[in-house]
Amino acid sequence: MNFISKSYFLLALTVLPFQGFAQSTSDEIAKYREMIADGNPSELYEMAGEELWKKPAGPKNTSLERCDLGMGPGVVDGAAARLPKYFKDTNRVQDLESRLMTCMETLQGISAQSVIDAKFGVGPKKDMDAIVAYVVTKSKGQKVNVSVAHPKEKLMYELGKKAFSFQGGPYDFSCASCHNAPGKRIRLQDLPNLTTQEGAIVGWGYWPAYRVSSGQFWTMQQRINDCLRQQRLPFPIYGSDFTIAVSMYMAVTANGGVIQTPGLKR
Amino acid sequence: MTRSIKKSLQEFIILTTIVSGLCYSLVTNAQTTSFDKTFNDMMNSSFRTEGIADISRIKQDANQKLCSDQKFYMTKAGEKQARAIEKQNMATIVQPSDGNYIGDWKSGEAIAQSGRGATWTDTAELPVGGGCYNCHEINKKELSYGNIGPSLWNYGKNRGYSKELITYTWNRINNSKAYNACSNMPRFGHFKLLTEKQIQDVMALLLDPNSPVNQ
Repeated sequence: MNFISKSYFLLALTVLPFQGFAQSTSDEIAKYREMIADGNPSELYEMAGEELWKKPAGPKNTSLERCDLGMGPGVVDGAAARLPKYFKDTNRVQDLESRLMTCMETLQGISAQSVIDAKFGVGPKKDMDAIVAYVVTKSKGQKVNVSVAHPKEKLMYELGKKAFSFQGGPYDFSCASCHNAPGKRIRLQDLPNLTTQEGAIVGWGYWPAYRVSSGQFWTMQQRINDCLRQQRLPFPIYGSDFTIAVSMYMAVTANGGVIQTPGLKR
Repeated sequence: MTRSIKKSLQEFIILTTIVSGLCYSLVTNAQTTSFDKTFNDMMNSSFRTEGIADISRIKQDANQKLCSDQKFYMTKAGEKQARAIEKQNMATIVQPSDGNYIGDWKSGEAIAQSGRGATWTDTAELPVGGGCYNCHEINKKELSYGNIGPSLWNYGKNRGYSKELITYTWNRINNSKAYNACSNMPRFGHFKLLTEKQIQDVMALLLDPNSPVNQ
């Protein structure tokens, strides 16, 4: 697709009547997704992310090119497909975002707390979004391959499984309330059954994604955060073990499925 | 083999079975406890208060605890607890103070449409919606409905407008867990999500013969 028609599709995205879009059927969403697949606005984030990865930054004026995402310093290809995983240096299981915070802190001197405290889509979290887009794109088309061989990985999976069914708040909701059976919908929104491999890959394999309805790129951390907001639970801290445990449960359940990130979502 | 040796061998086997069984349950209990502690520590360190979504929302009541543990829920002991919880929920339901069960279906439709309220981006003043269409088909004219709950189209027309049905529906909206401990439906009366007036209006949407739902 040439530049002009690509720009046209990006423009079309911004002027689309989203209200009407939300009311349409899943089939139409699929058609629409196919139509703009060549012009997924996530590409803009990926490009910005690649720059941020390579550009010296922070108090230490260093790039992230020596960041170890689990396959050795600087290896980005296929790294996201293997996360979350156990890291010896931090002695914890980390997802992509929490691992990137470790790299930013150790290599660049950017405090993890400054990323945690930032609002979604602004400041250091905006940079994080772009870097995440860059990293996950390098696993596109690969299979989810998350290990539970280390005892801490196994424990994280078990904690995630329990967290998935944890009911709380004034609505009594858990992840399982909406995501434990096939064919369920909230309004017209299809809900993947995250307890099976074929359902889990639809969730885990398509996020991070560009959200057409909000015009934003969302990382998995943000996706989980908004699920919990709608569950009426308190605020899950960015990169906290709860968010990593739930990610671990989804990822392991999705193992073997093909990654389509960054996805394009309503 | 003589009788006495056979007998003492039998006793030995029984004894070792009991002892090893005891040891096993002690060990698994200890493991469960330490896992549960790790889980609770994780929950407590992973959340914070934001706006009206107070950190206390992760403190589970007995009902939430039971329904978070499907494995236990499926056991005899779990089933017994479920029946007790249903009874407790039933006992908390308050009947309408003015004796009116049926309000205004038009207002009820608006309440059923709204899925707003009670999140950390909402204020305490924002009226909470029923969010009914999120999970139920109600008025067939609304095509955007969820399917987690059953269809409520022709609710009154199909069931009749009996006193029993009216009371049952009132109770079900107030506290669905009085009938099914692990129902997916929020306890709208118990947690004061909807006011009495709002529930009367939603009742009308379902049970007023003039409501579009019953045409």
